[in-house]
Amino acid sequence: MQQIIYFIIKNSYKLLFLLLLGIGLTLTIKSHSYHRSEYINSANAVTGGFYQKINDANEYLSLKERNSELAEENARLKQLLFNQADTLLNWNDFDDFNADYIARKAKVIKNSFNVRENYLTINRGKKDSIFTDMGVINDKGIVGIIEKTSKNYATILSVLNTKSRINAKIKNSEHFGSLIWDGKNAGYVQLIDVPRLASLKKGDSIVTGAESEIFPENIPIGKIDKVFIDPKTNYYTINVRLFNDMTALGYVYIIENKKKDEKKNLETETTKK
Amino acid sequence: MNDSLANISRFILFLMLQLLLFNNIDFMGYLNPFPYVLYIILFPVNGNKPTLLVTSFLLGLFLDMFTNSGGVHATASLFLAYVRPSLFKFSFGLSYEYQTVKIADKITPERISFLILAIFIHHLVLFLLEFFRLSLIVSVIGRTFLATIFTFFMCLLIIYLIKPNKR
Repeated sequence: MQQIIYFIIKNSYKLLFLLLLGIGLTLTIKSHSYHRSEYINSANAVTGGFYQKINDANEYLSLKERNSELAEENARLKQLLFNQADTLLNWNDFDDFNADYIARKAKVIKNSFNVRENYLTINRGKKDSIFTDMGVINDKGIVGIIEKTSKNYATILSVLNTKSRINAKIKNSEHFGSLIWDGKNAGYVQLIDVPRLASLKKGDSIVTGAESEIFPENIPIGKIDKVFIDPKTNYYTINVRLFNDMTALGYVYIIENKKKDEKKNLETETTKK
Repeated sequence: MNDSLANISRFILFLMLQLLLFNNIDFMGYLNPFPYVLYIILFPVNGNKPTLLVTSFLLGLFLDMFTNSGGVHATASLFLAYVRPSLFKFSFGLSYEYQTVKIADKITPERISFLILAIFIHHLVLFLLEFFRLSLIVSVIGRTFLATIFTFFMCLLIIYLIKPNKR
């Protein structure tokens, strides 16, 4: 016993190093697996609050830009509004309109695009009914998926994350594939597993697919930039130029699919037997 | 007393500088310098070693919290703090403990070699853990070299700026 204590005292410096090294490596390995560390992330009260403060200051510097962006979007929405005059829908019907999707506004307070696994932080959380696995878009296209939430903040798994996989298709055709990121260029993502039967050419639009439970169909993602044929699998790999500038995000919209659970339950019940 | 006060203020200063300024540089889209390693480098040579270990680990951990990177900064900083005495021996010779080595004093070849080595080791561990795949070893090494150069110049700049002016 005495020898053990003596050993510990003699090697206390090395043991301290090994202990801290163990903690550090555990956190690192945890962050690389799918379920991420509970406390070491920017959705907790201290770090989230800090970024909120910085962002409040930064916001003043880009007020003009944001204003013009909002004005543009307003103009587009107005145009839609005016062009709907002869549809059957009466605007008064919207009071009890049974909507599938609900959109909520939030602001990006921490953006990241320079590592292989990028996460964003927004200033809305559980309090504003934001929960894991809701889709995030902005006026130009998709941004990512909600990963973790706290009371007032939430983190987003960006499309610029090597772990992200989103169902997407080529506009006006039903051929779909998975949208991934190779971790290289923040302006481009890759659409893989598109069947060779699909006819496509440079400049075609890529939109979200109908199979996704997270995003509504036909949300814009980007344009086809280059098409490769994977010699091993007979599938296309497509380089997609994002509509969105992921390096400059301001306001985003969180999409909640109200009928997601119903669809999921039905599907699991069907395949149970 | 005076020493620990200086250490605490350096801790806060470098953490804030890194978060507010250097994490937002994004040179060529992805390259950021990490001059917060100066906290570990500038820690007094004869200072309390366990304190250095724990504080550099904490410094890294705070950065990880803010950048959502798990424990990569914490581990890299801890590793640098642990090998620091060996680096001193390598760069300044065996008798370094009896001299008052001060990195911020004057730029000499020994000090530059120490600075570059320390930064390189920290960045290598950092990027190894961040990429976390052996198949990406080429990009790890490439990034380590680029970031080391970048951080080195930032460190020189900061040392010149905070150097007490003796006349």
